[in-house]
Amino acid sequence: MSNRVVNILVPIISIILGLIVGAIIMYASGYDPIAGYQALWQGIFGDMYSIGNTLRQITPYILAGLAVAFAFRTGLFNIGVEGQLIVGWFAAVWVGYTFELPAIIHLPLALLAAAVAGGFWAFIAGFLKAKLQVHEVIVTIMLNYTALYAVNGLIKYVSDGGYKTPTIHETASLRSDFLKDLTDFSTFHYGLIVALLMAFVMWFLLEKTTRGYELKAVGFNQHAAEYAGMSVKKNIILAMTISGMFAGLAGAMEGLGTFGKMSMMNAFTGVGFDGIAVALLGANTPLGVLFGASLFGSLKYGALNMPNAAGVPEEIVSIIIAVIVLFVASGYVIRLGLQKLAKKKEAK
Amino acid sequence: MEYVIEMLGIRKEFGGFVANDNITLQLEKGEIHALLGENGAGKSTLMNVLFGLYQPEQGEIRVKGKKVNITNPNIANNLGIGMVHQHFMLVENFTVTENIILGAEPTTMGYIKKKKAAEEIAALSKKYGLDVDPHAKIEDITVGMQQRVEILKTLYRGAEILIFDEPTASLTPQEITELIQIMKRLIAEGKSIILITHKLKEIMEVSDRVTVIRKGKGIGTVVTAETSPPQLAELMVGRQVEFTTVKTEATPGDVILQVQNIVVEDYRKVDKVKGLDLQVRSGEIVGIAGIDGNGQSELIEAITGLRKVKAGSISINGKEITNLKPRKITESSVGHIPQDRHKHGLVLDFSIGHNIVLQTYYQQPNSKNGIMNYKAVSKKANQIIEEFDVRTGDGEHTPARALSGGNQQKAIIGREIDRDPDLLIAALPTRGLDVGAIEFIHSRLIEQRDKGKAVLLISFELDEVMNVSDRIAVIYDGKIVDELDPKQTNEQELGLLMAGHSKKGAQA
Repeated sequence: MSNRVVNILVPIISIILGLIVGAIIMYASGYDPIAGYQALWQGIFGDMYSIGNTLRQITPYILAGLAVAFAFRTGLFNIGVEGQLIVGWFAAVWVGYTFELPAIIHLPLALLAAAVAGGFWAFIAGFLKAKLQVHEVIVTIMLNYTALYAVNGLIKYVSDGGYKTPTIHETASLRSDFLKDLTDFSTFHYGLIVALLMAFVMWFLLEKTTRGYELKAVGFNQHAAEYAGMSVKKNIILAMTISGMFAGLAGAMEGLGTFGKMSMMNAFTGVGFDGIAVALLGANTPLGVLFGASLFGSLKYGALNMPNAAGVPEEIVSIIIAVIVLFVASGYVIRLGLQKLAKKKEAK
Repeated sequence: MEYVIEMLGIRKEFGGFVANDNITLQLEKGEIHALLGENGAGKSTLMNVLFGLYQPEQGEIRVKGKKVNITNPNIANNLGIGMVHQHFMLVENFTVTENIILGAEPTTMGYIKKKKAAEEIAALSKKYGLDVDPHAKIEDITVGMQQRVEILKTLYRGAEILIFDEPTASLTPQEITELIQIMKRLIAEGKSIILITHKLKEIMEVSDRVTVIRKGKGIGTVVTAETSPPQLAELMVGRQVEFTTVKTEATPGDVILQVQNIVVEDYRKVDKVKGLDLQVRSGEIVGIAGIDGNGQSELIEAITGLRKVKAGSISINGKEITNLKPRKITESSVGHIPQDRHKHGLVLDFSIGHNIVLQTYYQQPNSKNGIMNYKAVSKKANQIIEEFDVRTGDGEHTPARALSGGNQQKAIIGREIDRDPDLLIAALPTRGLDVGAIEFIHSRLIEQRDKGKAVLLISFELDEVMNVSDRIAVIYDGKIVDELDPKQTNEQELGLLMAGHSKKGAQA
């Protein structure tokens, strides 16, 4: 079996196996798996409205996945995408409602603000790692909480004791009447284009530029990078900052697209943490992240239809999503199985 | 004849690449059987098959005449096969006893019987003349002693057959002599030994028979007493090999490297280089002879900018480079073949092509305005792969990790020489390589010299220093203690100087 066939077969088999196990769980708990999966399918592709919302759900997952994947590729573990996303969200919304500018300036400025805020939040972790060898996992976890509560405080401050920010001006919004009409009043917005563009940016940066070459070299082997005359510290800080910028943009998707404002939160959005799974599903490549985010986003959104249409409780739905992701993530086992099978055939 | 181990017609493939092809190795009881082959010839693969780490596609293994199926290292252990690894598998801050019993701890009710184990180990150590203190901590004992701990580890587990993987690679000449005695004692006590090596001198000295493999194929087994080093080298490489390095008289020119009275600390902030002076001129090879740990690493790192110089000055072509950034020093026409090719020399996860431009990726034609030109990189990589005979599975796209040590080294040397630096620093350039590769590397170093470049060679191998250098500087305790003409000295004199005896002291 050629490598290429295996590479395509593995995720497909993984998803099928995940669905089968999910069906068994539904059946064992006394629900109809066929109705359940029909509801899931309808929830994802049922009509233009569902498709629009599914795509909208995928968008922040792409950016969060890129953030984690970029860090992994440069030898860092950015577990703080959640926090960077939150500060990015707030920064985008703040620019969005504070200034009055033409859309052609306002929207890019709001996106930039999100990227800068997320980048700065990650820069703190990168700086501490480079200068004081503090492990980035610890710092980024802590910065997640800092971001959550700091932003809640800011929301309270800017809204004079309220619980949500003012709504952004039209000129900073990613939404459009055209998309709204096209998708039957879903919340689908132009953010998807930003996300796809960023996937390209990540690919270009890592695969085509000298900077990407350096970032990867430092990520793989700091000693060899130093021997070759690269600045290890500078590259660590830069890698972390770029990762944070992707995360900040993920926040902008929520702020400028889906919600148009920001409300105080009791808990994390979860998008940042799911970004870790998305990156791993996508083997840390930009194209892989697009697929990973599509799978994740579709399941997350489509599954919302399962309690209503098939009576499958939300808890079971969460388990099924987890099982599917687990199978895809453990593609290695399936790969091994396929190889053994191929070998047996050869032996015969 | 009774064989304790027979590996018959072993074949092992890795996805189309045949690492072992129909190799047969038969180990007699009580013999030292050398396994000889170039880097990447498949020696380690064969031993990993015997040790249960790989499963062969074809062939069978017999232990004492009985066919066995070794599917994991535990089975190998139970069959009495023990491996003394090249890179020691020891916990630094554990004692000798703790390391030896690790994984096979004798316990009563969950309590480790350390005292009894220590007594057993002391007894074993005495029986085989290993002279190991069971209570010493690993970090406090020498490399040679650590290796004996590895040997004890296999004996403690009841090994009858010991596999030594390149055992002399990191030992001093004295330690090698001692190791050979230990191996002979093991044989006298009824053990059998497989010795993986490519050092012909050791094979001639210690082994009874030699099995040669070349490019994965079993070439055959010869009786050591009936062969000679040139014949073995030819069997291994497949062509005749020059043993003495051919070179003309050196014609030293201007001073290229000038090191004046430098002091360098190691990572613990202890002075390791203590006021060292050194000059290397164009058109000469200066060899630094010394025992590991006398400041060689710190000296090289100071010259190349990887370590701060505390005092003194270094200049290249008359230009001061003390404490400049590594890139500035590289750009001052310094090439560096690093001591540890995995740590400093290569990004193992990069392809070999990407590794070729590790110092030049930001320059034209490899890139322009921050955009990589991978076509140019690929051209350069293929040129070096061809010119330096780097054997890769998949050309420039092969991950550096997948290359054998010798080919990794050839790639690094190709990269450094291709930049044509005025000063080439070669630190242990032939460590762990076979005669064919060594011959090649030596001739390239001499070629650089003949082109009027300065070469600084650091080596722990006296043969290498004496054969290749035009001038030998002996380093001891962070200083150059003497400079000698290789034609007018001998191993004994060098050995004494390296051990800290002054010339006069030696004569007295």
